[in-house]
Amino acid sequence: MIEISSLSYHAGPTPILHDISTRIECGGITALIGPNGAGKSTLLHCISGLEKPSSGSVRINGIDPFSVPHRQRAKTVALLQQSPALVSRLRVRELVSFGRWPHHQGRPCRADEEAVDRALVAFALTELSDRTIDTLSGGQRQRAFIAMTYAQDTPWMLLDEPLNALDPRHARDLMARLHGLSRDGARSIVIVLHDINAAAGWADHIVAMKDGRIMAQDASASVLTEETLRDVFDTPFELLQHKGRPVVVAR
Amino acid sequence: MAERRVLWLGLALLVLCGAFLAWQLRAPMGFILGLRAAKLGALVCVGAATGAATVLFQTVAGNRLLTPGLVGFDALFVLMQTLLVLLLGGVGAASLPAGPRFLMEVAALGVASVALFGLLLRRDARDITRMILTGIILGVLLRGLSSMVQRLMDPSDFAVVQQAMFASFGRVDPQQLAFSAVVLLAAMAVALRMAPALDVAGLGRDTARGLGLNHDRVVMTALLLMAAMVSVSTALVGPITFLGLLTASLARQVTGSHRHAVLLPAAAILGALILVAGQFLFERLLGSQSALAVIVEFFGGLVFLFLVLKRRRR
Amino acid sequence: MRLWTLTFALLAALIVTSLSLGAASFGDDAGWLLMVSRIPRTAAALLAGAGLALAGVVVQQVVQNRLVEPSLTGAPEASMLGLLLVTLIAPGMAVAGKMLIAAAAALLGMAGYLALAARLPREDPMLLPIVGIVYGGIVGAICVYIAWATDLMQFLGAWQLGEFSGVMIGRYEWLWAIAALAGLLYVVADRITILGLGEAQARSLGLDYAQTRALGLVVVSVITALVLVTVGAFPFVGLVAPNLIARWRGDNLRVNLPLIAVGGGMLLLTADIIGRAIRYPFEIPAATVVAVFGAGVFLWLLHAAPGRRHG
Repeated sequence: MIEISSLSYHAGPTPILHDISTRIECGGITALIGPNGAGKSTLLHCISGLEKPSSGSVRINGIDPFSVPHRQRAKTVALLQQSPALVSRLRVRELVSFGRWPHHQGRPCRADEEAVDRALVAFALTELSDRTIDTLSGGQRQRAFIAMTYAQDTPWMLLDEPLNALDPRHARDLMARLHGLSRDGARSIVIVLHDINAAAGWADHIVAMKDGRIMAQDASASVLTEETLRDVFDTPFELLQHKGRPVVVAR
Repeated sequence: MAERRVLWLGLALLVLCGAFLAWQLRAPMGFILGLRAAKLGALVCVGAATGAATVLFQTVAGNRLLTPGLVGFDALFVLMQTLLVLLLGGVGAASLPAGPRFLMEVAALGVASVALFGLLLRRDARDITRMILTGIILGVLLRGLSSMVQRLMDPSDFAVVQQAMFASFGRVDPQQLAFSAVVLLAAMAVALRMAPALDVAGLGRDTARGLGLNHDRVVMTALLLMAAMVSVSTALVGPITFLGLLTASLARQVTGSHRHAVLLPAAAILGALILVAGQFLFERLLGSQSALAVIVEFFGGLVFLFLVLKRRRR
Repeated sequence: MRLWTLTFALLAALIVTSLSLGAASFGDDAGWLLMVSRIPRTAAALLAGAGLALAGVVVQQVVQNRLVEPSLTGAPEASMLGLLLVTLIAPGMAVAGKMLIAAAAALLGMAGYLALAARLPREDPMLLPIVGIVYGGIVGAICVYIAWATDLMQFLGAWQLGEFSGVMIGRYEWLWAIAALAGLLYVVADRITILGLGEAQARSLGLDYAQTRALGLVVVSVITALVLVTVGAFPFVGLVAPNLIARWRGDNLRVNLPLIAVGGGMLLLTADIIGRAIRYPFEIPAATVVAVFGAGVFLWLLHAAPGRRHG
């Protein structure tokens, strides 16, 4: 469980997050939605222990990510940053192997290799494992980075806009994979999404943010109402039902 | 308005030149005046040539961070000189009269620069940072090449090149100064004549062609003129990388204009002004000799960084 | 393993060539000549080249830009400035002290560069080397001014243009420290690779980013100072060797760091051999040879490199 209490964050004099208190339960996919500049990425960075909040505290599975050793933090929570636009000549397998670094610190054993294999399989990268990152397409590259995060084998995976720059097929494909991986209850995924329908279709919980505050938070169906969406995005939406799933259309 | 400012600049330059010649003049007056006049002539020629060449180059490249010095024009000139000596032999090159030899070097540089930079400007026009980087590294390559070729020469041939390369404001050959002045004035006159065309060329290749300008011909002519100007400044004193940048950005600031009929003379006058004022300050007032180029490099570099960071904030 | 056999064969050939090439011919005192001059010279070129290549790859990982290397961050110029000041203020200082000051100055110079780099837009990867060149030029102008005003131009000239003709036994042994630093880098090779993934990703993997980066930069400064003080500055080695190896073998430093070091050493030794052979018995400084070759490779990287536009 992630517990956040009265968390504020300032970038210099500019306030980004205002006194946020909430908890995110274990299991399933929790989607963070909200307009640009709502503070979603910053919140994700604070939870993962990368940005120290100006005030307030974060507990993730009971530990404070800012006071435990880096290695222990990295075994509890893994973050995929927004568009890792890295042009690297690392091979896919090498990149994914770095997800095991918190576990082996440079001396990989059999179990690490197996975890890497599992991650490659889970994201359909086995065929690509000897390709270098700079030769991959955008979707393949995104998958490779998520596989690295997955191989980190943490109870919490935080993904910052992983659907950026993916076409509809790859976006759907990725969400389906993440959904499948989060079913066994061992992993909880928090994901920043721009596409409200991706959140509607795949997330178990939704946290809606605006101007550095949480506007609404609940099971998906109860957050996705025309009123809430209008308040969050300052634009009218229409909520439709299609084959038992909610579909959101900007009006 | 802008023209008035150019007139004021010209007036300031004249006053400064007068001060440069007359300051603490002692006997033997004629001799000292002659020395000072030669030095002053060199300073004015180099400053004006560098300023005008930079404005031309920035127009052609569509970028206000580039200068001929930065992309190794002067290095190309030194390489041309070196190759000429290598080709003719030290004695052969030295026995050529200074005038024709200089014209030959100018012509060689013109051809080489059109071939090299014409291609560069054409190919990379869309990716400006890559073009700058290419230019800078090209400069390093050319400098390295010429110093390598120089070391391959006979020591006696090398001495000839060295003489040509390390001329300084202190000892200027009056004959070469006269040739330089003529070449510079001619290039300047042609540049001013085509000022309106340059204004249009500054809008970029596509726009300029859309407006019916023979863009490629203007660019080639500008490159040739610039080659002549760079030859003048490099032959007289050697490279001062950032003087052009300093001058061209100052000229834009002072005149607030983008018309070449104003910018070219303003940059030329400012270039001369900076050099004469700097030399006056260092030599007469601070009693220090040839540190001027270093100071210009220092402040020019700062201006460059300032421009880069400012551009980002926009 | 075939790769290493091949590499070592090439290396051995270069070493033999370097040992047998020189103005003095082998006579009765061949052993003495080897000991005093040829072996030190060969070792110095190999060590300096390896050090510069390693420093290059570390800097590239830190700033996440392949077109940067120590000499494009103002480090050598800052180092020269430090040395000039020491020479002026405490000319009698022991070599170790001078090295330390030169390394500290290089570190300061790089810190200034990184502060500048942090203000540049990330989308334009080519701005980083440009700003580095100009920044180095500014620091260099300060050096020239001071050297000129204090009659130390000769010192400056020797530092600016690296060459190996003055290397003799007793004059180059500091360079062996590079071997130790290379060992240290190999131990932390994984961490250096992770640095290249960017700060957020590196920290998410539990890396102490600030500490690792500081370690890397200190190593780079020390290497820069060691090479500068003993044999002078060489441009482009730190750029060319890591880039060529990365194109050929990829970016995993655990595997490629030794190759990068050997590659850098061979590059500089080759440059030195060419410099010695091309106009025998006169010498062309290895730095000049490297500048021509390195600039050529840089231009090729700039225009042929695929995939960089994704940045």
